[in-house]
Amino acid sequence: MTVALEVKGVNKRFGGLQALNDVNLLVDEGRIHAIIGPNGAGKSTLLNCFVGKLKPDSGTVLFNGQNLIGRLPHQINQAGVSRVFQTPEIFSDLTVLENVMIPALAHRDGIFELNALRPLRRETDIRTKAVDVLEDLGMEDKLDMTAASMSRGDKRRLEMAMGLVQEPKLLLLDEPTAGMSRADTNNTIDVLKHIGDSRGITMIIIEHDMHVVFSLADKISVLAQGTVIAEDIPQNIKGNPKVQEAYLGGAH
Amino acid sequence: MLGLNRNDFLMLLFVFVLVAAAPIFLNPFPEGSTFAQFNAGYPDLMQRFLIFGIFAIGFNILFGLTGYLSFGHAAFLGAGSYAGVWMLKLLTINVIPAIVVSTIVAGVFSLMIGYISLRRSGIYFSILTLAFAQMSFALAASVLTPITGGETGLQTTLSDPRILDGAAAGTGNIPAPSLFGLEMGHSWKVAVGDWLWTFNVGYYLCAFVLMIVFYISIRIFRSPFGMMLKAIKSNNERLSYTGISPRPYTLAAFVISGMYAGLAGGLMVSMDPLAGAERMQWTASGEVVLMTILGGVGTVVGPVLGAGIIKYFENIFSKINDGLLEQWFAFMPDGLADFMVTIVHPFVGKGWHLSLGLMFMLVVIFLPGGLVGGVTGLFRRLFRRRSH
Repeated sequence: MTVALEVKGVNKRFGGLQALNDVNLLVDEGRIHAIIGPNGAGKSTLLNCFVGKLKPDSGTVLFNGQNLIGRLPHQINQAGVSRVFQTPEIFSDLTVLENVMIPALAHRDGIFELNALRPLRRETDIRTKAVDVLEDLGMEDKLDMTAASMSRGDKRRLEMAMGLVQEPKLLLLDEPTAGMSRADTNNTIDVLKHIGDSRGITMIIIEHDMHVVFSLADKISVLAQGTVIAEDIPQNIKGNPKVQEAYLGGAH
Repeated sequence: MLGLNRNDFLMLLFVFVLVAAAPIFLNPFPEGSTFAQFNAGYPDLMQRFLIFGIFAIGFNILFGLTGYLSFGHAAFLGAGSYAGVWMLKLLTINVIPAIVVSTIVAGVFSLMIGYISLRRSGIYFSILTLAFAQMSFALAASVLTPITGGETGLQTTLSDPRILDGAAAGTGNIPAPSLFGLEMGHSWKVAVGDWLWTFNVGYYLCAFVLMIVFYISIRIFRSPFGMMLKAIKSNNERLSYTGISPRPYTLAAFVISGMYAGLAGGLMVSMDPLAGAERMQWTASGEVVLMTILGGVGTVVGPVLGAGIIKYFENIFSKINDGLLEQWFAFMPDGLADFMVTIVHPFVGKGWHLSLGLMFMLVVIFLPGGLVGGVTGLFRRLFRRRSH
């Protein structure tokens, strides 16, 4: 089994708070790896260290053998790591279709392209690709809507489309179903499962909804107070006494 | 057509007709009539409409698309003006090298200023550009006098070498800027009844250039590059997590708009070969901001409209004096006429800024999309109501 992402001894301190304490993680290629844990366990902080938003105090994050620490967000994305944000981070003034075409163009053209005179409507390949992804997520009837005018659930789905359209090697999902209806959640699970199986994308998913976690994850890491307290296949996590203590026994 | 969709092509056509026929419809009142004062169809003013239109179109590519508010764009217009006059002095009295070189010089200058200023965003970016422009202004007026002519300005003289078409010293008069012998100041006057229309060479050169750069600006707005610029305005940080580096995009937009400003400066000196430091002052930078906001930030045609309105106010409203007002209100009873003159007096003549300021306030408060945004919004609402 090849390792897609290897996290070694990552530490991050905010003032007096040790947000991440010697975190180690092995994510297998082509698998879905869930990170769970109580609020404030450091899950989002860890994800921020992967995408260049935060720089850890020490430790390395190796993606296919190359260290991601110290690289800029756009360089990390161009290396094949896409992130789906927890609170929708979309281009509110643009249309749904444009929101998805931007990451698709970034994937094809790289960090900068001075194509100032090429008409956007001639980019039919990019458009088709974006429409296909939006169709998968059931948003084909909202292509020309302004992103700002959509419901919270739709914004979450748009976020997902922006990540998926890049065909990343590693997809980071930060609570992808938060704010979605039950039906949309189930649809999202199906989409992610389908993509995981058909394209072999490695995924790291942070999630509070245990239904989502146990439907998708091949492996689960449990984070509590900045430390990984357990890493195992889903069946074994449920019965792990340390995990039960962290969630129920008041780790604080 | 021309790589544009139907609506954009119609808009281009509309602007073309507007610009081509401006000498006719800007003179709606017969010569010598009471309202001849409002006629704007004289070459000097019409040239300014177009030149500042080009300046504002370029400014809108930066401010309208990326949201980066530069408060120092007059520096590029000034740099372009100086470069243009030097071309007219050293190379040839033909305006083409002046126009081309002024654009290039402004491009290089804006690359340097943009590279530094774009390390910051928001108010800090605006302050940095303002600081650079004021610095350029102060330098041009003082230590750079050998290049800029200092406070008297830079102009063509009898002793200019003009290596391509020979010095003018022998003939005894300073040649006027021309396009292959056709002087910029040359006009054809056509009288139809009481109306007088002036068709000016310089004006139509400006019109030709404006149509080209307006077309380029539409293409930029509708390109993947333009979409990235809009994304920068909408959510700059998200763009970097999408694999795009925002910096080269903002820098490219800054340089393009700087080149538009330089081009405007080059045309300005081609019409009147004189460049002064005051062209770089912060009031000039502020003026293009007002033009863009008044017409409609981020709309394709708004800046041209805004430039036209501000220049019209500046040149026409400022000329209305009390004598004219008394003439207009002469048909009223004496007391009432005096009263009307007193009321209108602060808004015209030297008080034209008051009218402009009021208009600007009304637009910003009630039409946040500027005049063009307001009109399109109105049309959309009317259309929707009709379709129900």
